[in-house]
Amino acid sequence: MLEVRNLSVEIHGKPILDGLDLTVRAGEVAAIMGPNGSGKSTLSYVIAGKPDYDVVSGEVLLDGENILELSPDERAAKGLFLAFQYPVEIPGVVTMTFLKATMNAQRRARGLKEMTTPDFIRAERAAADRLNIDQEMLRRPLNVGFSGGEKKRMEILQMALLQPRLAILDETDSGLDIDALRIVADGVNALRDKERAFLVITHYQRLLDHIKPDTVHVMSKGRIVKTGGPELALELELNGYRDYAADAA
Amino acid sequence: MTRHSPQTRTAAETELAEQFAATQVALPALDREASFRLFAARGLPTRRDEAWHYTDLRSLFANAAPLAGAPGAAAIAAAGQALAARAHAGAVTLVILDGRYVPELSDAPPRGVSVVSLAQGERAPGANANVDALVALNSALAQGGCVIALAPGAKPAERIEIVHLMSVGAAKSVHSRVFIDIGAGAHARVVESFLGADAGDQRNVATLLDLADGAKADHTVIVEDAAALHIESQLARLGDKAELSAFGLVAGGTLVRRQIFATLAGQYANLALGGLSLLGGRRHADTTLVVDHAAPHGQSREFYKHIVADEATGIYQGKVVVQPGAQKTDGAMKSQAILLSPHAVMNNKPELEIFADDVICGHGATVGALDPEQTFYLRARGLPKAEAEAMLLEAFGADAIARVADEDLAELLRDKMRAWLAARG
Repeated sequence: MLEVRNLSVEIHGKPILDGLDLTVRAGEVAAIMGPNGSGKSTLSYVIAGKPDYDVVSGEVLLDGENILELSPDERAAKGLFLAFQYPVEIPGVVTMTFLKATMNAQRRARGLKEMTTPDFIRAERAAADRLNIDQEMLRRPLNVGFSGGEKKRMEILQMALLQPRLAILDETDSGLDIDALRIVADGVNALRDKERAFLVITHYQRLLDHIKPDTVHVMSKGRIVKTGGPELALELELNGYRDYAADAA
Repeated sequence: MTRHSPQTRTAAETELAEQFAATQVALPALDREASFRLFAARGLPTRRDEAWHYTDLRSLFANAAPLAGAPGAAAIAAAGQALAARAHAGAVTLVILDGRYVPELSDAPPRGVSVVSLAQGERAPGANANVDALVALNSALAQGGCVIALAPGAKPAERIEIVHLMSVGAAKSVHSRVFIDIGAGAHARVVESFLGADAGDQRNVATLLDLADGAKADHTVIVEDAAALHIESQLARLGDKAELSAFGLVAGGTLVRRQIFATLAGQYANLALGGLSLLGGRRHADTTLVVDHAAPHGQSREFYKHIVADEATGIYQGKVVVQPGAQKTDGAMKSQAILLSPHAVMNNKPELEIFADDVICGHGATVGALDPEQTFYLRARGLPKAEAEAMLLEAFGADAIARVADEDLAELLRDKMRAWLAARG
């Protein structure tokens, strides 16, 4: 589903990703672990289409199509979703209005009819209830004054409504207490199926206790330096990243 | 020096003098002769006049369009049709067509309110004509207008909309005058809509608001036509415990100057001024305020927002003066602009002149761009660029419109903002 080939990326002339290769198949949950500064967030932003980055070489293929030339909204319409590490506060935009606008924008881009308000409300209520999100929160401006946990749950709510084919979760566990972590993980697990893939970026093993990965990649200095099964995450938890940092150097 | 000396009349000044000489209107409420002498002595303002620094009218106002004549039956009938087709901003409509109050197009005023044509207005000449050259010019050349008076204690349920309409046809100019006198304890809700001007049309209009003790007024202006020149002066006087809340939406006009002179003459007066300017193309909109705290315990709030796109220019000049003796004044002013293009310009100039020692006054001005992090977040969720930007801009503008207390009027203003945003996308 996702194939990243020989991807090198710079920001302001400073190399961040260095010939990175990565494959995620449909139905797979892939984890990327790595020390701070290894380029994990850059990878997620470049796949999602954030400006500010210079792609020096390589391709990012989604279902065989190179998406690097597409705008962020075109990528979203193709089924890509990024759960932000730091969800952005948007004062003045009511969360509910935003949710409906995003769902309809994606539907329009795919040539589907817009959702009616009753259909939207039904979908939104069901998803919000599963994530323990109060309706009152959806009447507030998007992410404004939300706690860290609320923001992360709101990301998962958006994912549940938008039903992406490939979801990238960038450090979704950061700032969550154990109860919030479980709610978020349940939300992700509920969406797992053989047509959908997840790329879970995390610094710690903890999240992977709740979202069981099929594969674990270790990233260091802008490339994937080791790939294995779930046991690799446990090994990292025991030994830290020191060995891999040295490998890539 | 290529600049004209003040003694040399520009083409426009000569034309205005000729128009004045040829005009024979009897408007008892205006002292035309004295006003024109005052204008002629000053001439059109230039950038050397501090209050007009960013809008050099002497160079921008090249030629005066002919004064609009009195509308005939055909123009009145056409205006009636144009009026029927629009979204109303008030339950009671008063129509000023080509500068004249037209009773046959206007509704009967609500209880407690009288409306008379300026030609019949039994009123002492406006004392404020000397505040600004363009107000003086308005007094000198006014073709007509109306006097609206609310009896003491009158609180009509209906909002009054004054529609300033220009008839279709050759380029022309209008200098109309509206007086709104609000009796003690009365409450007026008034909208002034400016419509129908074409790209060659010019207007220099003035509204004088007088709030007696304990009077209240909600006043909203909507500028959305295509006038080449839209100069609008508001002069307000607030008595003891009077409250004026005024809002201006500027979504039209090529060269726009809105100037508000408000005097808090009575104690415990409360003034709230706000506005939203939506500027694209090469349009130029100047909002200049002078808020004069002349009595103790006054409160004033100024809150303006500007969205400036393309090669447009926005100007905000806000001066708050606290006179000696106006102790316990509480003033706060804010002007915020978003520039949508590298060629868009915003000049923000908040000023305080404080001559009393026991006051709280503050001001702030910001000029920025849309936040790229916010735009990316929305686009990553599937909103195309134009839609993402419109959502952020709507939120920005709605923050200004939130100061309009009447919810249905606020919604009308939001609709107009959304239409403007959609048209630019």
